[in-house]
Amino acid sequence: MLNLLGQRLLQLIPTVFFVSVIIFLLQQLLPGDPATVMAGEEGDPEVIAQIRKQYRLDQPLPMQYLYWIGGVLTGNLGESMRLKASVSDLVIQKFPVTLQLAFMAIIIALAIGITAGVISAVKRGTAWDYGVNVLSLWGISTPNFWLGIMMILLFSVQLGWLPASGYVSPFEDFWASLAATIMPAFVLGNSIAGVLMRHTRASMLEALESDYVRTARAKGQSELRIIIRHVMRNALTPVITLGALEFGTLLSGAVLTEQIFTIPGFGKLIVDAVFNRDYAVVQGVVLVTATTYILLNLLADIGYILVNPRLRSN
Amino acid sequence: MSAAASTPSIPAVSESPARRAWAKLRHRKGAIIALVVLLLIAFLAIFAPLIAPHDPIKQGWTSVRKPPSVLYWFGTDEVGRDLFSRIIHGARASLSAGVISVSIALLLGVPIGLLAGYRGGWVDGVISRFTDAMLACPFLILAIAMAAFLGPSLSNAMIAIGVTAMPIFIRLTRGQVIAVKVEDYVEAARSVGNTPFQIAFRHILPNIAPQLLVQATLTIATAIIAEAALSFLGLGQQPPQPSWGSMLNSAQRFLSNAPWMAVFPGLAIFVTVLSFNLLGDGLRDALDPRTSDR
Repeated sequence: MLNLLGQRLLQLIPTVFFVSVIIFLLQQLLPGDPATVMAGEEGDPEVIAQIRKQYRLDQPLPMQYLYWIGGVLTGNLGESMRLKASVSDLVIQKFPVTLQLAFMAIIIALAIGITAGVISAVKRGTAWDYGVNVLSLWGISTPNFWLGIMMILLFSVQLGWLPASGYVSPFEDFWASLAATIMPAFVLGNSIAGVLMRHTRASMLEALESDYVRTARAKGQSELRIIIRHVMRNALTPVITLGALEFGTLLSGAVLTEQIFTIPGFGKLIVDAVFNRDYAVVQGVVLVTATTYILLNLLADIGYILVNPRLRSN
Repeated sequence: MSAAASTPSIPAVSESPARRAWAKLRHRKGAIIALVVLLLIAFLAIFAPLIAPHDPIKQGWTSVRKPPSVLYWFGTDEVGRDLFSRIIHGARASLSAGVISVSIALLLGVPIGLLAGYRGGWVDGVISRFTDAMLACPFLILAIAMAAFLGPSLSNAMIAIGVTAMPIFIRLTRGQVIAVKVEDYVEAARSVGNTPFQIAFRHILPNIAPQLLVQATLTIATAIIAEAALSFLGLGQQPPQPSWGSMLNSAQRFLSNAPWMAVFPGLAIFVTVLSFNLLGDGLRDALDPRTSDR
């Protein structure tokens, strides 16, 4: 098992290296002189000079990369031109908000996705199965920013049940926080629930046709007991792992969801940075999300090894 | 009973794989409805100037935020423009963004995937790690970052989405090539002196085309959502040209007094994306030799 983990860790090094290269090279996409473009329309010479200094634009490209990655490795993601704050501080400040949203979304997605997927597999070929299939297609095909707007229209504008925007920390007021985040979390979880439904159904059907289920049936065990004790236990492990891997989708979705619900998280940070040509923030956010995704992938792998006795003993 | 009548129906030897796939696809109701809907949307997009009842960018101060009516089927927006006409014209931006960005992803991703899968060794190692790195960056975040650096426009949004979707096709092509390169027909092509380039493009590519077609169809759905998202954020189609995403953005400010402004553009995105997803699912079943003909 340690060998396997060691191999995975070694594979991570070149991946993380390439991620950093891709993110660094983003600034090369800027048309014309990067310092002038980053400084904006006013083009204040002082700001241009500061940008040149910050990005070491007078140095050759490999040297610029080395300075940048050197900073990143020591926790310095650069300076926000607009907010006059360190990008690392902004990330530390905003990330917990998005994490709360992502955590709630994944709980909602797992609850809906697994329940519907299990029902669909157990009731295969019935109206239930058909209904879950429709639900899953709905989840996968609905743009989350539209769903968000429609939910605001229904639950905030028409019914007045939930706040349309804003954020309250759960440490300040738990119930107000729940009210402010339940709609965006549902919007985020909706598409992942659609994906999880399909995987749960496929995984459950495979398990239902396996030899150990036939043996359990032959021993006279009740169908409910077979489904809970044998089928779900084996079928849901890959689904839960997939849930962890869907984190990337969550972070992508958070960009628009936070924008619609005016939640001051990671997504709003990158969108505001894009509009204000705050490129260091854009690079910082992409780098942190990609690294988080890679680490979650690793954790999912470790989790998979831990729950799979065959891999564990190898 | 004659011998011919008792023989189970076996597809004619001359029947092409495409014909067989079509025969299977025809029996998948969802996929066929989706195909008809998509053809209709494409028709509306192509002939938008002839079909749209009003000018999509002409403002009318006497028709501001009118609810749906006989004159304005989907109502009007905050500056009196006809929403139905804007949605028909917006289909052009969405469909072309979906098709062009996926074409970019295919044109870049397939040759790189062929190279990685066919050559193997360090070339494969470097390409695979690069692909892993791109896939580690969340799709929309990378597309937004790229579009932000390239500058806001529909063509830049298409490039950003295409490049971001490229690793999906690199990984798929590479995997398929590794699976088929040990097949007899590839060995045979090699033994008669074909160059690696000829083998990759003439012999391997046609055999992995069905999988690429399925993935391309499903990726168009993702690309349409991504284009709408970028336009929603102001990084795609620029005003006053219509786009479903930017229409949703302006609708947000008038939710309480003009909800139709948000309902119809969103429905247009949903129906188009759903149709591509249904068609992709149908194609996957139809092109899978393990599934039955019906």
